[in-house]
Amino acid sequence: MSERLVELEVLRYNPETDSKPHFQRYSVPCREEWVILDALNQIKETIDATLSYRWSCHMAVCGSCGMMINGEPKLACKSFVRNYDGVIRVEPLAHFPIERDLVTVIDDFMGKLARVRPYLIPREAKTVEQGEYRQTPEELKRYKQYTLCINCMLCYAACPEYGLIPKFIGPAAISMAHRYNLDSRDGGRELRQEEIAASEGVWECSFAGACSEVCPEHVDPAAALQQVKIASTIDWFKEHLMPWLKK
Amino acid sequence: MAEKVTRRPYVREVPRTRWFFRHPRYLRYMAREVTCLFIGAYTLLMVVGLHRLAQGRASWEAFLEMLRSPWSIAFHGLALGFSLYHTITWFNLTPKALPVQIGEGFLPDAVIAGAHYAVWALLSLILLKLAGAY
Repeated sequence: MSERLVELEVLRYNPETDSKPHFQRYSVPCREEWVILDALNQIKETIDATLSYRWSCHMAVCGSCGMMINGEPKLACKSFVRNYDGVIRVEPLAHFPIERDLVTVIDDFMGKLARVRPYLIPREAKTVEQGEYRQTPEELKRYKQYTLCINCMLCYAACPEYGLIPKFIGPAAISMAHRYNLDSRDGGRELRQEEIAASEGVWECSFAGACSEVCPEHVDPAAALQQVKIASTIDWFKEHLMPWLKK
Repeated sequence: MAEKVTRRPYVREVPRTRWFFRHPRYLRYMAREVTCLFIGAYTLLMVVGLHRLAQGRASWEAFLEMLRSPWSIAFHGLALGFSLYHTITWFNLTPKALPVQIGEGFLPDAVIAGAHYAVWALLSLILLKLAGAY
């Protein structure tokens, strides 16, 4: 089993004693197949038990271990140590306040996610006796890609607009709204449009495309946002230029 | 009794004017956005040309003479290069905004971007024909 000593520079912040964050260097004996998360676990178990970070599944499903690795938003469980040379710099996800060490405050995202109503609002309510809401494979394919989001918030850490304008609802939440808007069983688009078609919504997006570049699940949030812009523009034209179409 | 929790989240400020130096992908994005200025400048030049044309023959010929200056040729070369960069980067993004679903699949990105290039070429040919280039 090959092992090598890897230098990790980790941003530390203790709200009880520190006025601002600082880097702390660790030399960690790492095995060939280890990811950054393994190295952090090794630090916590054998070097420094005070290091705080979030993780859970270790298999790119839970979306908890998002952090900046050499300045790039990454899942620590999906980033192999062997792919990095020299000192590896590990920081909390950019654009989020730091709670402690690598743990960020994610209340802003959670609030925005709830605002876009990321759940099925049935077109017509059915009783259990009336049966299930059925869908063809084609109708499923239409939105399937957007269901893959794991809410890891890497896209928020990459999005320059979110960094500059924190009220922007942002890539993942709008993609999630788009996912339900595209669902043939759903009838909640008008409710969601109030949030996502507003200026804090999709119109803060300038299509930098960074969200899609860093997305570990290839959801392509940038695509969802551009599609929401087009659909909202069509709404506007229908409402203002073709008023006779109004119900 | 639970211990009192101290919360004092630390906010890292994003530099307002230098943020795009933080990562090459932000620089690429700014390059795509800033190159539109050259398209704008060229459009202004066209408007000036129209204005000179309306002023009469002497004014129009002076305008044409100005276009032949080395500065003007340098500007045209630059504007052409940047306009191409702007157009190509945007065309290559069109498949994201305009997915076309056929059954359980989607049209390949190359077809959607390719259609934009085809229409671009067609319109350019029509314009060149109208301008008497061939």
